[in-house]
Parts: sequence; C-alpha cells; structure tokens
Amino acid sequence: MAAIALRLSRPRPGVTAAALFLALLAVAVAAPGLLAGADPLAADPLRALEPPGPGHWLGTDHLGRDVLARVVHGARHSLTIGVLATALAVACGLVLGLAAGLSHRWVDEALARSFDVLGTLPELLLALLVVAITGPGTGSVVLAIGIAQIPHFARLVRAQTFVVRRAGYVEQAVTFGFSRAAITFRHVLPNVLGPLPVLATIALGSAVIAASGLSFLGMGPQPPAPEWGAMLSEARNYMRVAWWEALAPGAAVTLTVVCLTVTGRHLQHRFEGRTP
Amino acid sequence: MRSILWAVARRVGAGVAVLWAAATAAYAALWLAPGDTIDVLIGDGPDTPEIRAAISAEWGLDRPEIVQYLAYLGRLLQGDLGRSYWLQRDVGEVLASQLRPSVELVLAAAGTGVVLALLIAVLTAGRGPWPRRAASAAELVSVSVPPFVIGILLLTVFSFTLGWFPVSGADGPAALVLPALALGLPIAGVLGQVLRDGLERALEQPFAVTARARGLGERAVVARHALRHALLPAVTYVGWFTGSVLGGAVITEILFGRPGLGQVTMDAVSGKDLPVVMAVVILFAAVFVAISTVVDLAYRIIDPRLRTT
Repeated sequence: MAAIALRLSRPRPGVTAAALFLALLAVAVAAPGLLAGADPLAADPLRALEPPGPGHWLGTDHLGRDVLARVVHGARHSLTIGVLATALAVACGLVLGLAAGLSHRWVDEALARSFDVLGTLPELLLALLVVAITGPGTGSVVLAIGIAQIPHFARLVRAQTFVVRRAGYVEQAVTFGFSRAAITFRHVLPNVLGPLPVLATIALGSAVIAASGLSFLGMGPQPPAPEWGAMLSEARNYMRVAWWEALAPGAAVTLTVVCLTVTGRHLQHRFEGRTP
Repeated sequence: MRSILWAVARRVGAGVAVLWAAATAAYAALWLAPGDTIDVLIGDGPDTPEIRAAISAEWGLDRPEIVQYLAYLGRLLQGDLGRSYWLQRDVGEVLASQLRPSVELVLAAAGTGVVLALLIAVLTAGRGPWPRRAASAAELVSVSVPPFVIGILLLTVFSFTLGWFPVSGADGPAALVLPALALGLPIAGVLGQVLRDGLERALEQPFAVTARARGLGERAVVARHALRHALLPAVTYVGWFTGSVLGGAVITEILFGRPGLGQVTMDAVSGKDLPVVMAVVILFAAVFVAISTVVDLAYRIIDPRLRTT
C-alpha cells in the first residue's frame, strides 16, 4: 500500500496513474459489465469463501458471490453517494456563501457563525443525527454527508466573494448602474467559482470515506447491494477464514480516495500557480 | 492583563453561542423527525385516546412549541439531558454509565496519535529526500484509508493470525491496543506531516543557526528550540484532530465490539431514540468547544507575539 502511495505522491507519473485509475472507476460506474462479467448478486453456496483463483479472480464471499464483480459494481453505489453529496454541498455552499458575502454585515455575521457551528460537529455525528431523523438508505447518507460538508464550501465562497466584490470590475459595474442581480450573476458568481473544482475533488475523497463509514455502520444502502462499506461490514465476520472478502473493498475505497486526493492536490498546486 | 481577560471573556462567549446553536440544531432534529413523538413512545403498546393524552402530559408534549423549546434549554442548563424513549432512564445516566470505555479509547488514541506524530516529525525532519517521501506517503495514505479499514487490517494480522490481542471487548489494557492504534494511526500520519513541515521551516531560521553556532547538537536544537515553533501550525489542526478522534471513536468502538458511547449512539440512531442522539450531539459539541477554547487561549501562551493583538 505504502509503495503505491509513494509512487502516486510523486508529481508526474503519480498524477497520471491516479487519473488512469479514476478513468477506470468511471468505466466501472458507467458500464460495470465491461470489467466484471459475473452477476454481483448471484449467490452460489456450494462455492462460498473460495480463495482468489481462475474463475473468481478475487475469490468468492460467504454466499459464494464473485468478489470482483461486487467490488466493480460497488463503485456505482459508493461513487454515486460521494458525487451527489459533494454536489449538494457545493450547491448549498455556493448559495449560502454568496448570500453571506454580499449581504449586510449582520446577516453575514449570523451566517458565518452558523457555518462555524455546523463545522464544529464531527462530520460523522452530524450524519448520525440526519440518519436518526430520516432512517437508513442511500438518500439519507447523501443528505447527511452533503450537509456536513456545506461549511467547507460556504466558507470558501464567502471568503472569495469578499475578494471579488472589492475588485475593480465590480466597482465599475456598480458605477454603471447595473442591477444587483446582474452584478451578482454576471460578475461575482463566475469569479467566485474558480477554486471550487479543486476543493470539490478533495471533498469527493472524504465523502467516499464518510459514505463507506456510514454504510459500514449499516446506515447506507441495505444488503445485498454491493456498496464497499456494507461489503466490509459483512466481510468482517469471515476475516479469520477469508481475508480477500474484506481486502478487496477496503483496497477499492483506499485506492479511490488516494487517487482523488492526488488529483485534487495536483489541481490545487496548478491553480495556485506553484509547481507540484 | 486586562486585554487577556477581555480575550478570555470573548472566547468563552463565542463558545457558549456555539453550544446554544448546537442545542438548537439538536432540538430542530426532534421537530423535523417524521412521525408523531407520541406514536414513537407508544410503540407496539395499546393506543387509546386516554393513553395518548397521558403520554402527552407526561412528556410535556401538550404545551406550545416555544414553551417546550425553552423548557428544554432550561433543563440543559441544569445538566438534565432529557429522558430516553426506550430505556426508561435519564439520558445523562445512560451516557455516564458508558463514558469510561469511550474516554479510555479517546485518550489512548489521542496519545498514540500525538506521540507517533512527534516521532515521525523528529526522526524525518531535515534528513534528506527519502524520509521526507516516506512521511508524505504516510500522510497521503492516512487521509485516504478509512479508519475502520486500518482496524480490519490490524484485527486480521494481530488478532486472527498472530493471536496477540483479543478480538473484541474492553477488558484490560490489551483490548485497548488495537482500537487505539486504528484510531491513532491516521491522526499520526497527518499531524506528523504538519509537525515535520513546521520543524523543517524552524530549522532553517536564524535562531537555529545561532543555536548550532553555540555548539548545540542537532537533537538539542530540535528539542529546545525548533519544536516549539513546529507546534504552532499544529495547534490550528486541533479542531480537525478532536473531530476525527470523536467521530472515529464511534466506528472504532463498533468494529472492535467495545462497549461505550459509540454503541449507545448506534442503538439510539437505529431505534430513533432522539433524546439520546441529541444528548450525544450536545456532549460532543461541548467537548469540542471546551478543547478549542482552551487551545485558543493556550496559543497565546505558546506564542508571546499574539498577546498584543
């Protein structure tokens, strides 16, 4: 694991490898059948807990399902949750951050304090609060992680808005007598967006970790759905006899997040004008 | 002196505001939860208008919303966290009975994380490119591996294969080793990187050159001069640190089958026992606010330059 990370943390080849792996993941999400022919839900009790070998390249789980097929199909579950949660956080963070940055000092102060409070609670705890209200399931996990990540984006957009609203072109627009809405959407918004993709890439990584954690606790997609965290939770009971059942989804989560982090940091360096 | 008192008062005031907001957010959860609280309380029991009225009166649900909210805040101020829907006990009592194993885990993990981070930083700072690459690879892996995956790996190797440590439970120090490592390792990776960067910057400063010129060995320069500077950037990670430990503790406790607040919280979440969930949220927020307030104030002691502002 460390060897892979070491390779990935070097600038050029590492970033390329990360991008390739992310492309592979995209294929797994869009057309999982291309990477694994077996049915991820087809149980075969006679072939349960078979070690990796021909026929089942990553072995079979306790119900005789193909682990490779489950990991590949699991990409869709895990990444969908991550992407939707991050999208929710970006959208809400953008609206709230802009509102704070452009409003009267008092509104700004109130919003900034509420970001602080939201940022104060550990992400997982906030997620548990949401799941306690809405019950387990994919939607709850998306909502939970999305809400927990709003403060990161809202703070960034607010800070960015402060910079942009003092810029010469905004003052010009005000002088020309454009309406508030026109200035907001035509001049402020596009210039605030800049650093968001970078933060979103890194946030996507932590959303995938959080999603697998919540699913591991049984709050996410319910069995037999092949979500990585849920697979780990099931595999935990068979670790003594079948390490591959836990290793495969664990490695999938880790590799995904390593690649997202590497790509995100690379983008960050490029965005900030430093060479990585 | 007066400016310090003012700073303390302002910081504590901000902490109280955060706590009030957290309590209000927790209360909003109760209000947002679908379904009628009375239905939850009745469960599978007999459902007649008389019983509904009795329950409503007993839990104070017949009063207006705002009165219920103020009464809730008043009870919180007196340290009363409410009553569990299912356990028929006071939430404070439930949490107190499960506090010990959780506090043990959190302290052990935090200690492990800090000690390992210091070791990583001191052993790799200023030692050329390879230790640096190893440390940053460790950091990358730490932010990328979910803590429970580390826990599963540790269990597979040290409990199932080697049989050195018990698989689950919380009896004695041996049962604490693996959970503390699972929770502490990712923290050590990140914190170690921050400390190492700080140390490397400090070791290039003029004061380090002066100390070396006085004939001090490299170890003494690090221990007596550079480390204090390296601690400053690390202090800003305290919020992240506390959050990771508290949040990670819940999953770690479940993974290792340890009794504690994690188990209580999970039972409460799956049973929709909202008073317990709310109390845990408030407890965590309180711990978080207390730690960040103390650290913020300690920051001024570590760095005398900040006292004038």
